[in-house]
Amino acid sequence: MSFDAAYEALTDHDDDARWAYGTGFTDPLAGVDTAVPSGVEPAELAAYCLMLGDDALIMSHRLQQWVTRAPELEDELAIANIALDLLGQARLLLSRAGEVEGAGRDEDALAYLRGESEFRNVRLAEHADADFAHLVARLLAFSAWRLALLDRLTASADPVLAAVAAKGVKEVTYHRDYAAQWVVRLGDGTPLSHERMQAAVDAVLPLTGELYATHEVERRLAEAGVAVDPADLRGEADAVWEQVLRAATLRAAPVPGDVPARAGHTRALGEILAELQVVARSTPGGVW
Amino acid sequence: MTRHEWPLFEVFVRAKRGLNHVHVGSLRAADHQMALHHARDLYTRRNEGVSIWVVRSDDVAASSPGEKEAFFAPSGDKVYRHPTYYSIPDSVPHI
Repeated sequence: MSFDAAYEALTDHDDDARWAYGTGFTDPLAGVDTAVPSGVEPAELAAYCLMLGDDALIMSHRLQQWVTRAPELEDELAIANIALDLLGQARLLLSRAGEVEGAGRDEDALAYLRGESEFRNVRLAEHADADFAHLVARLLAFSAWRLALLDRLTASADPVLAAVAAKGVKEVTYHRDYAAQWVVRLGDGTPLSHERMQAAVDAVLPLTGELYATHEVERRLAEAGVAVDPADLRGEADAVWEQVLRAATLRAAPVPGDVPARAGHTRALGEILAELQVVARSTPGGVW
Repeated sequence: MTRHEWPLFEVFVRAKRGLNHVHVGSLRAADHQMALHHARDLYTRRNEGVSIWVVRSDDVAASSPGEKEAFFAPSGDKVYRHPTYYSIPDSVPHI
């Protein structure tokens, strides 16, 4: 066998059975029309992709910070898997934002070279977790909301957003399930775990008001059938919380209304970006 | 405070092309439901599986290494138990 042919066997898909690892991976965007839908302002579509992409990117980074700190090895891997799912969603959405924007910025430029004020994520994504109970409460809030959002986004007039959402629905369904199981276990566990889970719910639920506030970009794109109006998601997310809290023997905490949509950040974002961007900024264009 | 360890579970995964569940390893979990979730996260990340079984390790009865001779050696010289003299019809798969 010549050297040139050495790698051919690795891509021989007629013989999957030999491989211990799975094969047949699929590209979620294969065959999807990438033109901007008519009547849609490219700058607005790019901004919307950044919102959903930044939510996933920043939430993913917070989850990655649990790696080596999770209470059990098995849960550490579960959290890392969830972080990777969200990172994958972020990559597709940031790539789409860069492509639609047409200013030559790719996913890396958008993730690594934007300043704090240019990030459009919700503040819930950047919130630091005081303990594991806070993490699962925040993950439940984030994924109950995002699943309701992605579920509706599968019908988006933008075929790329619809395809990204279709892939994300399956992933986030699992994230929500994972978080809900832990909230129930800890809430309906020992007196100590119940007390700490209740404290986490009391801390996290009041942060969720912003998730259901509609940004003007979201409102205009929702009217065009491209985006989802987050105000429509409240009922579904509330029903999830009600069901989980009842099973967990926990009580709800008030969710403030009237919170401005995606307005500014907490100081935590600066810390996250310092860690996320340090390598890319210290070695611009570095490849290895 | 004493640290309680979760019980050990054995994990069996059926691959896409496989016909039977194959033992792939073990993990710790508080109960069967959590063990299934953990197994999904630990052992099917690379798109391997279509079905998972989990079994509590202390529910597995195993043959003892001390009984190896009596258990397995007697079949060592009985080549006639291999049905190699039959021709298998083409329509019989998976043999």
